[in-house]
Amino acid sequence: MSNDLSPKERMAIERVHMPELPADERSKNFEEVNQGLTPEQAVAEAQRCLQCKSRNCVAGCPVGVSIPEFIDALASDDLPRAAQVLRGDNALPAVCGRVCPQETQCEALCVRGKKGDAVAIGYLERYVADWAMQHPEGLIAIEAPEPTGKSVAVVGCGPAGLTAAGELARQGHKVTIFEALHDTGGVLRYGIPEFRLPKEIIDREVAVLSRMGVTIECNVIIGKTLTIPQLRSEFDAVFIANGAGLPTMLNIMGENLKGVYAANEFLTRVNLMEAGRRADSSTPILQRDEVAVIGGGNTAMDCVRTARRLGAKRAMIVYRRSETEMPARVEEIKHAKEEGVEFIMLTAPIAIVPTEDGWVSALRCQKMELGPADDSGRRRPQAIEGSEFDLPAGIVINAVGTSANPLLTATAPDLTLNKWGNIVADEEGETSIPGVFAGGDIVRGGATVILAMGDGKRAAAAIDKYLKR
Amino acid sequence: MFEVVSNEILAENLHKMVLVAPRIARARKAGQFVMVRLAQGEERIPLTIGDADPEAGTITLFIQAIGASTRKIVDTPVGGSIRDVAGPLGKETHITNWGRVACVGGGVGTAVLFPLVKALAEAGNEITTIIGGRSSRYVILADELGALSKNLLITTEDGSLGSKGFVTGPLGEMIADPACAPKAVFAVGPVPMMKAVANMTREPGIETIVSLNPIMIDGTGMCGGCRVQVGSETKFACVDGPEFDAHLVDFDGLSDRLTSYRKEEAQRHAATDCKIAKEVAK
Ligand SMILES: Cc1cc2nc3c(=O)[nH]c(=O)nc-3n(C[C@H](O)[C@H](O)[C@H](O)COP(=O)(O)OP(=O)(O)OC[C@H]3O[C@@H](n4cnc5c(N)ncnc54)[C@H](O)[C@@H]3O)c2cc1C
Ligand SMILES: Cc1cc2nc3c(=O)[nH]c(=O)nc-3n(C[C@H](O)[C@H](O)[C@H](O)COP(=O)(O)OP(=O)(O)OC[C@H]3O[C@@H](n4cnc5c(N)ncnc54)[C@H](O)[C@@H]3O)c2cc1C
Ligand code: SF4
Ligand code: SF4
Ligand code: FES
Repeated sequence: MSNDLSPKERMAIERVHMPELPADERSKNFEEVNQGLTPEQAVAEAQRCLQCKSRNCVAGCPVGVSIPEFIDALASDDLPRAAQVLRGDNALPAVCGRVCPQETQCEALCVRGKKGDAVAIGYLERYVADWAMQHPEGLIAIEAPEPTGKSVAVVGCGPAGLTAAGELARQGHKVTIFEALHDTGGVLRYGIPEFRLPKEIIDREVAVLSRMGVTIECNVIIGKTLTIPQLRSEFDAVFIANGAGLPTMLNIMGENLKGVYAANEFLTRVNLMEAGRRADSSTPILQRDEVAVIGGGNTAMDCVRTARRLGAKRAMIVYRRSETEMPARVEEIKHAKEEGVEFIMLTAPIAIVPTEDGWVSALRCQKMELGPADDSGRRRPQAIEGSEFDLPAGIVINAVGTSANPLLTATAPDLTLNKWGNIVADEEGETSIPGVFAGGDIVRGGATVILAMGDGKRAAAAIDKYLKR
Repeated sequence: MFEVVSNEILAENLHKMVLVAPRIARARKAGQFVMVRLAQGEERIPLTIGDADPEAGTITLFIQAIGASTRKIVDTPVGGSIRDVAGPLGKETHITNWGRVACVGGGVGTAVLFPLVKALAEAGNEITTIIGGRSSRYVILADELGALSKNLLITTEDGSLGSKGFVTGPLGEMIADPACAPKAVFAVGPVPMMKAVANMTREPGIETIVSLNPIMIDGTGMCGGCRVQVGSETKFACVDGPEFDAHLVDFDGLSDRLTSYRKEEAQRHAATDCKIAKEVAK
C-alpha cells in the first residue's frame, strides 16, 4: 500500500477518537484508559497528514522526531519502517506517545491544526511503538557495537538516565545505572499511574537496555552508598539524572495532620508499593469519601484520579487559577472530568482543619479572582476578602510541585548549583566538574519526560565525544 | 539480593541479623539506617544499622518483630536473602567527647542506641547507659551495652530485672546529683519515653538528642511522609534526621502521625496470623 492520497482526500478524513474504557467502569480500576487505535484507525489517521515540506510539527517536538517520515511509513502500512524511523529519534516512543503534552508541542504546530484538528501524532507514535514491542522480529536487529573499553556511570533510572544509557551502550561504552529505589523508571514508575502508563512498558524498555549490556544496580543511593567523587574515580564519565524528587510544602496550618499527603507519598504508595491496588498489599493507604487535591498539573490529575479509583465519592481538584491556566495535559483534564472529578477553580487553600483526634476534617479555602498577568504571562490570582469557606475532606493531597533533592548534591561540593539547588549544566549537559554531565529534572526543575529524554540524548553524545577525546 | 549470614534470637521477638552488604558496610556511620524490603510486594521499612564490618562487608541489624513486615524479615533463615537493602540513609550522629554522657534506651530503641553508644565510647566518653522494658524479657543488648559503658542501669516496669519503674527514674537521679549530671543525653525509644526525657533535661539545659521513628516510605527525602515538626520547621526525618534536638521536637504530633495506619496494620497483622495459623493447621 502506498500513501498517495490527494490533499483533498486527506483533508476529508476526520481526526480519530481514541477508544477508551467507559468512565464509570475505569474509575473503579487501574486499567489503561486509552485502549490504543485499531490498525484501520491508525492508517486512516496517518493519511490525514499532509506530509508538509515545512515540517512544522518536527519543530514542536523537543527531540525532533521525524514525524512526517514515520507517519508516511504508517500510512503506507509499512510498520517496520515506521518503527525504525521512530526508534532512531526517540528511545521511549511508547511512553512519549502516551504522556507527552502533544497539544503544546508537536500537535500545537501541526498545519492541520490551523483549521480544524491537528494530526494525532501522539496516538500514532504510541501505535507504532506498541506494534514494535509486539513484533520484535519485524525490526532490523541492532548490531552489537565494538566495545570502546570506556565506562560510564548513570545516576537515576528515570527517562533521562534510561535514554542516556541506551545511547551510550549503542556507542559501545560500558554503562552502569545506579538507582536509589528498588525499581526502575523513576517518575514513570512511582509517579505516573498504571491507568495512564502501564508499567509493563517500562519493564520492556529496561529489558532492551539489559540485552544491550547495560547494568542496572538498584538500591544504590549516590551521595550515600557511593559518592560522585567515588564514581568519578571508578568510571570514565558520569551522567547525573536524579530528577526533582523533593516535595514542596504548602506551609499552611494543619499540614502534618493525619490524612495529609504530599503527592509523591500518595502516588508512591499506590504505584511503586501497590497500596490499594492489591487486596493483600503490604503497604497501607488511607481511603476516604472526600479527597481534596491541591494543584492543577499532571501530578494533581494523577492523584485525584487515583483517589477516585481507591473509592472516593467526592474527588476534588482545588486550583487557585482557572481551568485555562492549568498546566495539566488537556486529555488528563478531560478524563478526570468524565470520571466524576470535581473541579473547584479560583480557590486557594489557607489551612487544613483538624478533627478532635488529629485527622483532617476540611480544607479551609479562599476564593480568588484573576488579576493582571505576571512574569509567566498567566493572570495572577488575587484573594477575595471574606470569601473563606471550609471544604469537607478526609484526605488532602498537596500536588503543588517538587524541587531538587539535595541528597546527592550535598556530597559533591564541586558541583555548581543554581539558587533553587538545580545542577548547572551547559547545552551539552556538562557540569562544573569535568567528565560529569547532568540532565532532566535535576537541571530543569520539574519538566517533562521528553525534555528529560532530550537531555539524556544530548548528554550521551557529549559524553561520547568527551570519551573519544 | 542481600544474603543473611547469621540470624540469632537475642530476646523474645528480637533478632540480630547479619547481612552481606559491602558498600553499605564501608559507607555507614553511627546513627544511620537502611530501608529494607524483604521481597517483591512487601513494605519498605527503616532499620538502624546496628553495627558494620567493612572488611567482612557485612552489616548487623537488630530487629524487633512487632508487625507483619518485621516478622517476615526475621523469619529469613541463614543462607536466605533479603531482596532490597538501601543505605546508609540519614545523617550520622554528631559525636564528640562530652565527657560524661547518659544513653537511654527503651524497647527496640535500645537496638537503635547501640551504635551510638559504641561511637560515643570510641570517642572517649564516660557513658552511663540506662535501658528498660516492660519486663526482663524485653530488656535487650544488656551485655553488649554493659561492655561499652561505665555504668549500666536496667529498669523494668514489673521489677523482674533491675529496678522497678521507668528509665526516667535513674536518669532523674543522675541529673539531680551534680557529681553525676551528664553533659549530654541520647535517648531512643517509644515516643512517650523520649518526650519524658526531653522534659527532664530542658530545665537544666542538658543537650539532648533523640532518634525519631516516623513512618517512612522511600527514606531519601522524596515523599515527605516522614515529616516531623522540629521547632518552627517541618523536617524530613529520613534526610534531616533521624536524630534531632529533643527540646525542639513536637513529640505529640509525631506519636499522633504514627497511628495513621493503626487500623490497616491491625488488619494485616491479623491476616498474617491467620495465614500462619492455617499453615500450622495443615
Ligand atoms: C505524578 C507525575 C506525573 C507526570 N506526568 C507527566 C506527563 O504526563 N507528561 C510528561 O511529559 N511529564 C510528566 N511528568 C514529569 C516527568 O515525569 C518528569 O519530568 C521526568 O520523569 C523527569 O525525568 P528524570 O529522568 O529527570 O527524573 P526522574 O523521572 O525523577 O528519575 C530520577 C531517578 O533517579 C533516582 N534517584 C534520585 N536520587 C538518586 C540518588 N541520589 N542516587 C541514585 N538514584 C537517584 C530516582 O529514584 C528516580 O528513579 C510527571 C511528573 C509527575 C511527578
Ligand atoms: C530511622 C528508624 C530506625 C529504626 N530502626 C529500627 C531498628 O533498628 N530495629 C527495629 O526493630 N525497628 C526499627 N525501627 C522501627 C521499624 O521500622 C518499625 O518497627 C517497622 O516499620 C514496623 O513494621 P511492621 O510491619 O513490622 O509493623 P507494623 O504492623 O507496621 O506496626 C506494628 C506496630 O508498630 C507501630 N509502628 C509502626 N511503625 C513504627 C515505627 N516506625 N516506629 C515505631 N512503631 C511503629 C505501629 O503503630 C503498630 O502499632 C526504626 C524506625 C525508624 C524510622
Ligand atoms: S516525542 Fe512527544 S513531542 Fe515529540 S513527536 Fe512524540 S509525542 Fe510529539
Ligand atoms: S505539520 Fe501536521 S500535517 Fe504537516 S507533516 Fe506534520 S503532522 Fe503532517
Ligand atoms: S521517607 Fe520519604 S521523605 Fe522521608
